[in-house]
Parts: sequence; structure tokens; C-alpha cells
Amino acid sequence: MNDLLAESLASQHWLSLLTFLPLVGAAAIALRQAMARRGADGEILAKDQAQIDTVARTVAMLFTVGAFVVSVFVYVAYYDPSFGGYQLVEHIEWLGGGVSYKMGVDGISILFVLLTTFVMPICIAASKTIEKRVPEYMIAFLVMETLILGVFCALDLLVFYLFFEGSLIPMFLIIGVWGSKGVKEFGGVSMPSRVYAAIKFFLYTLLGSVFMLIAILWMWRYAGTTDIHALQQTAFPAGAQKWLWVAFFASFAVKMPMWPVHTWLPDAHVQAPTAGSVVLAAILLKMGGYGFLRFSLPMFPIASADFAPFVYALSIIAIIYTSLVALAQEDMKKLIAYSSVAHMGFVTMGIFTGTSQGIEGGLFQMLSHGFISGALFLCVGVLYDRIHTREIAAYGGLVHRMPFYAFLFLFFTMGNVGLPGVSGFVGEFLTMAGAFKVNSWIAFFAAFGVILSAAYALRLYRQVMYGELTKDKLMAIPDVDAREIVMLGLLMIFALALGVYPKPALDVFAPSVDGLIASFDAALAAAGAH
Amino acid sequence: MTIADTLFWLSPELMLAGGAMALLIAGVFLGDASARHISTASIVLLIIALLTVVALNNGLRQDLFGGAFRIDAYSSFAKTLILAAAAIAILMSDRFIASEQLGRFEYPVLIVLAALGMLLMVSANDLIALYMGVETQSLALYILAAFNRDSRRSTEAGLKYFVLGALSSCMLLYGASLIYGFTGATNFAAIAESAAVQRENVGLVFGLAFLVAGLAFKVSAAPFHMWTPDVYEGAPTPVTAFFAAAPKLAAMALFARALVTPFPEIVDQWRPLIAILAVASMTVGAFSAIVQSNIKRLMAYSSIGHMGFALIGLAAGTANGVGSVLVYMAIYVVMTIGAFACILLMRRRGGMTEAIEDLSGLTRTNPGLAFAFTVLLFSLAGVPPTAGFFGKFFVFQAAVEADLVWLAIFGAVMSVISAYYYLRIIWIMWFNEPAPAFEREVGARLGMTAFGSAALLFPVLLIFIGPLVSAARNAAAALF
Repeated sequence: MNDLLAESLASQHWLSLLTFLPLVGAAAIALRQAMARRGADGEILAKDQAQIDTVARTVAMLFTVGAFVVSVFVYVAYYDPSFGGYQLVEHIEWLGGGVSYKMGVDGISILFVLLTTFVMPICIAASKTIEKRVPEYMIAFLVMETLILGVFCALDLLVFYLFFEGSLIPMFLIIGVWGSKGVKEFGGVSMPSRVYAAIKFFLYTLLGSVFMLIAILWMWRYAGTTDIHALQQTAFPAGAQKWLWVAFFASFAVKMPMWPVHTWLPDAHVQAPTAGSVVLAAILLKMGGYGFLRFSLPMFPIASADFAPFVYALSIIAIIYTSLVALAQEDMKKLIAYSSVAHMGFVTMGIFTGTSQGIEGGLFQMLSHGFISGALFLCVGVLYDRIHTREIAAYGGLVHRMPFYAFLFLFFTMGNVGLPGVSGFVGEFLTMAGAFKVNSWIAFFAAFGVILSAAYALRLYRQVMYGELTKDKLMAIPDVDAREIVMLGLLMIFALALGVYPKPALDVFAPSVDGLIASFDAALAAAGAH
Repeated sequence: MTIADTLFWLSPELMLAGGAMALLIAGVFLGDASARHISTASIVLLIIALLTVVALNNGLRQDLFGGAFRIDAYSSFAKTLILAAAAIAILMSDRFIASEQLGRFEYPVLIVLAALGMLLMVSANDLIALYMGVETQSLALYILAAFNRDSRRSTEAGLKYFVLGALSSCMLLYGASLIYGFTGATNFAAIAESAAVQRENVGLVFGLAFLVAGLAFKVSAAPFHMWTPDVYEGAPTPVTAFFAAAPKLAAMALFARALVTPFPEIVDQWRPLIAILAVASMTVGAFSAIVQSNIKRLMAYSSIGHMGFALIGLAAGTANGVGSVLVYMAIYVVMTIGAFACILLMRRRGGMTEAIEDLSGLTRTNPGLAFAFTVLLFSLAGVPPTAGFFGKFFVFQAAVEADLVWLAIFGAVMSVISAYYYLRIIWIMWFNEPAPAFEREVGARLGMTAFGSAALLFPVLLIFIGPLVSAARNAAAALF
């Protein structure tokens, strides 16, 4: 075992080590669970179960923190931010015929790797209130971390697809098993609404992705390889690009999610446990934007340029329409879910401008949204743990009882609005600057989103925090405890630091984004010359 | 080739035939008390035959009996899987057979005879040999379906299977006779020569269509699938497990050879037929399974759907396409055996239960079984990173390569729809409140089978997909 470890360190299999580290933790928990002592009736003894739960929580925390430490170490020791190409590349033959196991990161993906490893320990910490089936819960989260890291590190299209689709399985179980109560009538059948949400999440995203699978097969046939780097160099014929672009778009637009295929998101968010919502908002949604940047733009530049107006239109509808929908929500999580759709609209708008401001702004917005929306879901979780409802109307006047909470919630509300000084502002500003370069009308309409986001976010804050404290249930509500302060505080530090001084993140993006834009423009110029 | 050489190459089949008869005689003299020993002996017999098949496989082509039988990499690949599936089927049934008072020694012997028929099927290179193999297999299967002769459902299943099976044999024979009439040959190679010069001959295509219909019945491809749900539901569960695995594989292997070897020149004539069968099977499988409440019936529709996916690879009509069919069927056999091992473990005091609702909350009452079943179901649904995904991946790839992109897209959409009913079982196991627990002490072997096959499909072992694919491609290349 030690030899193996030493060998993998020496040969720099860092990304694989990082990716599969959480899986080892999951296996350890599963092993402990399998060795549980059972009573005569086949049930695990209560005492042993309590011990297993503790072990599961500890192991999950250790391994997620471990993954974070490894990722930071890899970034500091081995990653060169000034180089725009793929780094830390690993290449192992796998299926043959041009399909291999290939991992690597560049400026577009490395910060998402760090975001993932950073958010995961917070999710585990936020899951302290989970009491049902703790070992399975922790296993699901650890497996999910492996799959998410795999998505951002994969440099082979098939390997990417495996991780991308595989991440549906743990999320499906997290929503379905640990989701909230409630019954949904659907097609004459009544089922628990968490089950409805889990199924909707799974089938929606699966349907989006199978088209990408067919496109992947076509590209494999055309190029003879599924190596992402090689495919980015391949000039696909303009006619085929259109279809391939649409197929990839079907998958990423659902994942993102873009209007009008966003309807799974509010359901999933509302039903998921707090930590599930955090992962969903902070990381899973970013896979869509990442996919656009990794595949759609570099592999199908002509189609991307052709379809850009279509994407702008959808983005602007998303920004304005879902903001209006958010205004009308009665459920806190639903409100934040719709605001996520609106914020992702800025990302898609920025990415498809093909300008460096737009793309870097889109990346930055995704990163910042990871901190802010994650924190907002945690804030809702804080209230939900205490009062067990997410109805906005059930709250009011909390500022009198929860001053610390009021401060933290206000900070992240402002971040969501895009107040200058908080990271949300930078992303929105850059994407709009990029859009302005292309067409000032796009930026004009997108700017409505900023106003509307202030409207719904401040409405939420006012109704929950201000006013008289009249509800009986709220009279004895305790303020945030140390654990919650640490979780939210960590996110706050990053949201603030990136808002005040965004350069470090932008500097990491820049070399890879410049390379991407250069080849994008070259491909368009070549197409124009014909 | 001398007669001794011929018999040497045919030794696995001879072993099974001789062994089955010897066991039958032994059983008659020793009575039903010997059932367990005969079971064990049958398993040993199948394993020896399997090893012989592996040992005889030198990658070369051997034509026996004037070209009526052909031993090549293709037949060896299929035979290995068939014999393994048959051995595991006997292994899985012994507890069930004992507990349901079905302990008669004919049971393993019939499985051995069915396996013999399947070996003949995958080697058949002549219309007469084809029919012989199919009938040897089918007659054994008819009896197996009705094996629980005191149960009305089982008897009904056997009778239905027999009547409809006989009908399909008629179609097969009618098709074969038309083909013989228009080409003057029964040997596949000779048919190929003759078919190449009369591509547009309506009579020949007519015969081909009947042949396809007969074979489609055997693989239970829609619209020739009607017998499947009733037979699956009525037959004793271990028999259903056997039905769902080995015979499907054998019939699919035969299907591919019977189209690719004699009719390579008129691929445009049979490709639409296969594509229609694929589309119909996937659709029937996806939509009909949604409303099922009996898990065996659900598995029947699921297998119809799976045959549709496998037929996509055949519709491609290329070496890669046939290779993808073999990959698909190999993975399908493992998944099916695993899933039925789980179903066989569904028993409470008073016998087997077959209602899907009985799985409620299985993750609480029996986490190990639930985990294995979950992996198998995700694999059946074709969700990455399980092996089931790779089965679909390679057939879709073959379709895309053969410019059948529409078929691949249709298959992909159907796979999403069929994912729903697998997910339904998963959600019943994970999300519902627990139903009374299943008996625990039953069959450690079954548990091992379930776990073993789940482990095979588990992502950690994805490394082995590469070798499987290259072996299957190698085997398929032998046909071209």
C-alpha cells in the first residue's frame, strides 16, 4: 500500500489521488456499517448504531477536509497559474480506440476543483442535524464529491460523461431519502413530494444528457478519439457543429439550468436537505457552465457564434422572468432557487459573448455564486433546523432575537443583490461589460435583473428579519451557534475577499480564457474566409 | 476432416448429451432423493464443458459435418457465457426447489439439455442445424416452464409457451423452406453465394422475413413478445431466471449469425426489419413495464426492452455492431442473473413474494441486499458508471457508425423512459417505510450470486470493460 502511494506521488497522479480520496472514506464508512452488530431481529443495536453514526460523521469530515488540504497543496505546489494549457496531466490507456483515462486541469477548471473541496466540508458540517441513516448519507456525499471532482478533472470526453452522469445517483438518493415531508399529487397518483422531486431531477437531467452521449459517439467516430484536448483542436464541419452544439446544449442547459428547462431546480432545492441544496447550488449547477466553456465554445465555435443570439435571448428571459417569479415565492428555498436561475442567466450571457470580460465574468460569477448561494441555503437551513418551516410568512422580526444571524444573512443577501464590494458584483459587472461590447441592448435588459434581484432579496430579508416579533414559535429562537458562524463566516471571507480584490481569481482564469478566445476567434475567421 | 476430428471439436456438445443421459438414467434408478447430487453433477458437467470450450478455442474456424456446424471465436464466446449462465442457474435454484417441494432430479438434467440445444444454436451454420438446435433447446424449456406441475400458473405458462413456440417454429420453418426454395441451399455459405446474385428476389426476402419473425419470437422482440410476461410470471422463479439469461443470449447469437453469414449482400433488405423490431421492443419494454406491480412481469418487459437495445447493434450489420451485441448480451446476462438472485431472496414465511411493494424500505431491513439490487437496477437502467451503461454505449456507437443516428437517438430516449421503472424500484427500496423483513437464513449462495454480479457491474471493475470489448469484437470479427 505504501509502495503504491509513494509511486502515485512520484508519478504525479495527484488529480486521481484527489478525486478518489473521498471514495476511500466512503468505503471505510460502508465497511464499518457492514460490520455492525445486529440483534436477534436483524436490526442494528441502538448503541452500535450511535457509534457508527459518530464514526461516519468523523470519517466524512476527515476525508473532505483531507481532500481540501490535498487540493490546496496541489494548487500551491504544482499548479502554474501563468500557463494556460492543461497541467498535472495523467494518461492511462483504458478502452482503446482513442478512449483513455485522462485527467488534467487548467485555469478554467482548477478553481472549481478548489471550490468543490472547500464547500464539501461545510456541507458535512451543515449535516449535523441529520439524524436518519447517517452512514448512508455520508457515503452519498463522499461519493458525490469524487464524481464532481472527476467532472472538473476529466480530460477525456467519455470519462467526463461517466462522472457527469454518475453524480445523478447520489443526489437522487440524497433528495429522496433525506428530503423534506409533504405529499405531491401527480397524474392522479399521490407520492411524497421529495420522491417526485428526486425523480424529476433524475429523469430531466438524464434526458438532457443522453443527447450529449449520442453527440459524443458521433465525435468519436469523426475524430477517432475522445481526448478533450484533441477534440478541441479538431475542426468539425460547420453543418455537423450545429447538431453537436444542440446536443451538448440540451445537457448543459438542463444542468445549468436555463429557462425554460429550469423547472426541476426549484423542486429539487425545496425537497433536498440543506447540505444537498448547498451542493446543488454551489457546485452541481456549475457543471453546466463549465461544460459550455470546455466543450461548446472550443469544439463548436461556429455553431456557438451562430447560436449566441439564441442564448442571449434565453439568458435575458431567465434573468427577468425568473426574477419576477422569485418575487412571488412564498417559500424561502424556492425564492433562492429562482434567483439562482436568474444568476446563471448572467453566466450563459457572459460566456457566449466570446469576449474575455464576458467569459471571465461568467466564470467569476459561477465561483461567487458558489459561495453566496451556498451560504444563503445554509442561512435558510439555520431557520429550518429551528422552526421546521421554510414559509416566509412564518417568520418576521427575527432581528430582535438573532442579531448575529441578521448580520450574516444581510451580508449574503447583499451579495446576492450584487452590491459592490461583494463578489456577486464583480461577476455581474464583467458579464454585462462583455455583453455591452457585443450588443448594448443585451446589457440593457440584463441590468433589469440587478434591479429585480434587489427587489426580491430585500423583500425576503424584510419579511423574515424585520417587523415585530409576534409569532409564538419565534419567541425563544436561539441565535446562530459557533458551528454555524464558522460555516457562514468561511464563506463570507471568500465572498468579501473576492469582491474587494478579484484579481487573484481573474489571473488564474486569464491564461486559459485567452487561449480559448484566441482559438475561438481563429476558428471563426477561418470559417468566414471560406 | 475425419470423423474423429469432427467428434473431437464437438466434444463439449457430446459431453453434455452423454452426461445428461447418464444423469437421467442415474436419476431413474436412484429416485428423487438423489436430486441434490444430480444437481451438483450437472453443475460439474457444465463447468467441464465450459473449460473444454475455452480449451478448444484457438481462434480458428472449424467447419463440421460438411459446414453444418461451425466452431469459431464467435461460437466459443457465446458458449462460454451460456454454460456459465446455465451452471449458475442450477446453483441458484437448489434452495428454491427444495423449499417448494419441487425436488425432482429431472430439473438439472433439463437445464443441461437446454444448454446443449443452445450450444448447437450458436454453432449452427445451416438452416437444418439451426432448426435442430432451436428445437432441442425449446422442448427442454417448455417442460421447465411447466415444472411446477401442481401450480395452475406454471402449467398455463408451459402450455402457452409451447403453443406459441410451436407457432414460431412454423414461421421459422416456412421461412427456411422459402429460402431453400429460392437459393437451393441450406448451408449459410451457399445461401450467401446465391443471395448475392438475386438481391431483389421477393421470394427470398419473404423467406428472410419469416426467418426473422421466428427468431424474433425466440429473443422475445416486440411484436413477437406476447408470451414473455405470462411465461416469466408463471414459471417457477429460478426457471424464469434461467429463461431470461442463457436462452436470450443463445437466440441473439444465433440471430446475428443467421443474418450476417447467409445474407451479407442484402443487408439493406434486413436492416429495416431489425430496426423496426428494435424500435418496437424498446417502446414496448419502456412503456409496458411502468404499470407492472409484479416484479417478474416487470423483468419480462425489461428483458423485451433490453432485446430492443441489443438489436440496435445487429441493425448496424457491421462487425462492430455484432461485437456490441455480444458485449450487451454478456452484460445483460450478468445483470439478469444478479437481479433474479435478488428476487429469489424475496421470501417471507409462507413462501415467495413477487410484489414490488414488498421491497419497501429494504435498505433498512436488509441493507446488503438492497445495495446489490440498487447497483443492478442502475445498471439495468444504463446509468453510468455502471456496466449497463457500457452495453448501451457500444450499441449506440455501432449505430452511429452505421449512419443509424436516428436509431441511436430513439434508443437513448427510450433508455430514459425505461429508467423510470427501475428508479421506481429503487425509490421503493430507499424512500418508503419498511415492509416486514424477508427471511434471512435463505441461501447464502444466492446472496453470493447477487453480490458477485453486482460487484462485477460496480464501477471499480470498469477496468475489465476493455478486455470484454476486445474479446467480443474478436469474436464478432469471426463472422465477417
